[in-house]
Amino acid sequence: MEFLWHPSLSEPSGAEVKGLLADILAGRVRMDALCLEGAVLRGPEGTGRYHVMGGTDLPMMEWVSQLAAVARYVVAVGSCSAYGGMAAASPNILDACGLQYEGVHLGGALGADFRAQSGLPVVNIAGCPTHPGWVIETLALLAQENLSVEDMDAVGRPRLYADQLVHQGCTRNEYYEYKASAREPAQLGCMMEYMGCVGTQAHADCNNRLWNGEGSCTRGGYACINCTAPEFEDPGHPFAQTPRIAGIPVGLPTDMPKAWFVALSTLAKAATPERVARNAASDHLLVPPHIPGREG
Amino acid sequence: MVEQTKTRMVAGPFNRVEGDLEVRLDVVGHQVERAWVNAPLFRGIERVLEGRSPMDALVIAPRICGICSVSQSHAAALALGGVMGMVPTYNGQLATNLILATENLADHLTHFHLFFMPDFARPDYEGRHWYSRVHERFAALRGSAVRNILQTRALALHVMGILAGHWPHTLAIQPGGLSRGVEKQECARLWGILGGVRAALEETLYGTRLEDVTALEAPEDLWQWEGKQNGSDFGLFLQIARDLSLQKSGRSYDRFLSFGAYPGFESDSTQRHWRSGIFESGSLRALNIHDVREDHAFSHMAETVQPLPPFEGTTEPQMRDDTAYTWCKAPRMAGQPCETGALARQLMAGQPLVRGLVAEGGGNVLSRVVARLIEVARLVPLMEQWVRALQPGAPWCHAQPNAVPDGRSIGMTEAARGALGHWLCVEKGVISRYQIIAPTTWNFSPRDRAGVEGPLEYALRGAPVRAGEQTPLSVQHIVRSFDPCMACTVH
Repeated sequence: MEFLWHPSLSEPSGAEVKGLLADILAGRVRMDALCLEGAVLRGPEGTGRYHVMGGTDLPMMEWVSQLAAVARYVVAVGSCSAYGGMAAASPNILDACGLQYEGVHLGGALGADFRAQSGLPVVNIAGCPTHPGWVIETLALLAQENLSVEDMDAVGRPRLYADQLVHQGCTRNEYYEYKASAREPAQLGCMMEYMGCVGTQAHADCNNRLWNGEGSCTRGGYACINCTAPEFEDPGHPFAQTPRIAGIPVGLPTDMPKAWFVALSTLAKAATPERVARNAASDHLLVPPHIPGREG
Repeated sequence: MVEQTKTRMVAGPFNRVEGDLEVRLDVVGHQVERAWVNAPLFRGIERVLEGRSPMDALVIAPRICGICSVSQSHAAALALGGVMGMVPTYNGQLATNLILATENLADHLTHFHLFFMPDFARPDYEGRHWYSRVHERFAALRGSAVRNILQTRALALHVMGILAGHWPHTLAIQPGGLSRGVEKQECARLWGILGGVRAALEETLYGTRLEDVTALEAPEDLWQWEGKQNGSDFGLFLQIARDLSLQKSGRSYDRFLSFGAYPGFESDSTQRHWRSGIFESGSLRALNIHDVREDHAFSHMAETVQPLPPFEGTTEPQMRDDTAYTWCKAPRMAGQPCETGALARQLMAGQPLVRGLVAEGGGNVLSRVVARLIEVARLVPLMEQWVRALQPGAPWCHAQPNAVPDGRSIGMTEAARGALGHWLCVEKGVISRYQIIAPTTWNFSPRDRAGVEGPLEYALRGAPVRAGEQTPLSVQHIVRSFDPCMACTVH
């Protein structure tokens, strides 16, 4: 793999870069993948002037559509370039959108029917932040011509990370089982009931792959906010508070009948071991697991 | 006498800076006569914040930037804490400082190895006595130091995996402390990480113990040390700096601003380990934050009758191609532009070598880069102290009220690149105004209505331009010496 140009890593600036871009557009230099970070800005009034590529006087929106047309693959790196993301958050004065999505809707800067030279639609390595492993593995598979449309989910994300839920591998799963909940930051309990965590619905392998060695949102003590999903930026309620209707958290696991969930939760709460209940409300382990035969 | 012709150049896209940058230059003879700095991307995050639940700032503000992310988190948490009347727990503050220091460290290492040094490995410098070494170490994408430092940086960021969940965009930094408590075993791992980082830096960047670097007290000591340290990357930079007279390049107004870095613990939470202030003409004075105004005269923003303090400031984008040339506003302190960054921080902190370099030649390419490397050498031992001071079992975060009361407050902190402020107003339970001034908004500001140039624009005056150059190397060195973050600039 070779970087034709990377804004933070490559040597050339200015005129040399403009020359390279011209060579790519004229077919003199082959570009296998166009990777974009950041939303496409269409404002003000459709001109794209909110984002002009330095030194070129041409809106980035124009550069992206010209370069996408000659790329073998087009890759959205992060939720902004995939779906619009935080850049497109309400009130979206930028008129920002993703490469091939506008929030949950197909379309975006390149349009629903866009296909790169390879025949693939835009590959959305969504996440805010996205995980370096997701990026590297996706690019490696593309370089081996080994990523097909079947390897992408219904919103264009590589299934290599999007077929898992953040809940899977979460270290708070025992607290979840009993609905032993945290109510304040740093408490060890499950964050689904009060703290806004939607890890049971969020598509990503964060708690199995881990971040910066051994982290994840839930391991860091804060809610999963479903940052790999279109429109995560406008949840309709404060991010770190679980909305509730009649005392029941809204947004339960998507593939479980609600009545069952409520019944199971009620039972589980009643059966919560004291160890789990006390630890859930503490910022450090108070009660260790019991060793059979050793009292005290 | 024949009048020399004036050429206009546009330098962009500008690589190896964070975000989007363009610099227009008027060149007369072989020098830059005047410069205009353009941030060609507008982002409008302040407008996204307005109308939201106040605590949502902790989610939204860090997403201004994937590089200065926890600095933005910290400023937001401080602003919220100000409104809530809350300071972090002892452990929470120590851990927050560790998180901030890790980002600061990672950013400085990225800047030196990936952004700044590769310019000396360009073919333009072939033939210089240091060229083959710098090419082997720092050529963009393939230099051996580039690979080394990416590993060291990744290791350092494991601090984030333990304390912050991940980097960037953590939600761990809360007004009341940290959302993650750690036990003895995590402290031991933090200790191990810092040991690895120290070893790597001592081996390649400094070629000696960090304490030998922080002990350098005067410019003479630095040059003497350089003679002995040719094997290290810092030594190599000094060799280049001496040869190219980088201390004569990129001087600006020599008026420095810092908001102070690393708050103290509970009882002295208003104190900062590296203090705030304004440094000018050899002396430090207290800053009055209420002297800050933002001028829109040359920004694509709706004009205001006069420059406004951020608590009354607005962000109304408006293309004004007749006068405006950037999306960046022009912040001024008591009407004057200020330079901010590691150099300013270390001046306020009274670091003697940095003070000595500024006394000799002001803020310039050499002193800005040396200040960063001195800061890195000071940060690691400080982080080691903070890890030792953590108290597993003691509280990590205060209970926080469900609703943030109405009020207003300023969150002031330091990003790697300098002073960062968040001006927050809460009315009727929601954010009614949120104004941000980022470090590079200070450094790369446009002219103000008095026609006074921003610090970079002023620093570029007189930069040499060699025949045939389209993106002059001297300009690139000066621009990168500030370590700009354009994403934060236009937030």
